[in-house]
Amino acid sequence: MLAFLMTWQPSQETAGGLGGSANVTLSVSAEVAGPAVGEPGIEKETRSKEGVDLPWQVVVHNDPINLMTYVTMVFQRVFGYPRERAERHMLEVHHKGRSILWSGMRERAELYVQQLHGYLLLATLEKVN
Amino acid sequence: MEICRRKDELEISELDPFLAELLRQIPVSTNADGVPAAEERLFSPPAGGEDKEFCAEWKLYVQPELRRLFRSATETVAADLEQLNGEEKAFANCTLRIPAKHADAWLNTLNQARLVIAAKNNFTDGELGDHYRSPTGSRRDLSLFQVNFYGFLQEFILRELMGGQESSPD
Repeated sequence: MLAFLMTWQPSQETAGGLGGSANVTLSVSAEVAGPAVGEPGIEKETRSKEGVDLPWQVVVHNDPINLMTYVTMVFQRVFGYPRERAERHMLEVHHKGRSILWSGMRERAELYVQQLHGYLLLATLEKVN
Repeated sequence: MEICRRKDELEISELDPFLAELLRQIPVSTNADGVPAAEERLFSPPAGGEDKEFCAEWKLYVQPELRRLFRSATETVAADLEQLNGEEKAFANCTLRIPAKHADAWLNTLNQARLVIAAKNNFTDGELGDHYRSPTGSRRDLSLFQVNFYGFLQEFILRELMGGQESSPD
């Protein structure tokens, strides 16, 4: 007899993320009579929508050439952040070398990275730890 | 040199021949051909080395789009700069008018030029912070002056673009 149990676990909320990820746990219990099989076993398989729904983050790295005002404007345009928030991120990039601008679904994060590269900023896509 | 906003234009007037020549140099300064460091800076990887598949797809699909975007911006700027080629008197001051709708293209192209020049010369942070160095010392000093002059133009365009924008609470 096979029994399936599916549970849904929302992942941690991430800043600004749209629709967090969902880990789907698929448990399969198998009970088969017969000496060859031995003790009934439980197989457990955890499956997540790998790489698609896991949270990803958009990181901008420091660059001595790009002007601070320019970087602030780009953050406002790309993410729609108010000037104060954009400036906070810009200063974080400047002082700490990097800033996480956005976290959420991979597809959207890729789009943001592409837009940032269009403005010639050093931006990367990273998996949330 | 004077720089101001007039209706739907940004006007740079009283341009002496030296500064006018630096402006003419903007499009050619964006050329990263044959300089791997400059090419790598313009087309930096979108992820760490572990995400090879994503980087490969990026190179295939996104990079050509970025090239088109950068080329288009540079062509817009080059067309605006044609105004500087009609001056009959070789050493006369001249005026450049940039349509406000071209501001984004100018910001992008000036950024390309600054990044490429900086990558070609491998400027240190100290050099980039030295805004008072004379451009007449060496080719390197002239390049540094170019980076700073283009940065000054970017600042002005940004100020005009962001003008009147109030900061709002996050």
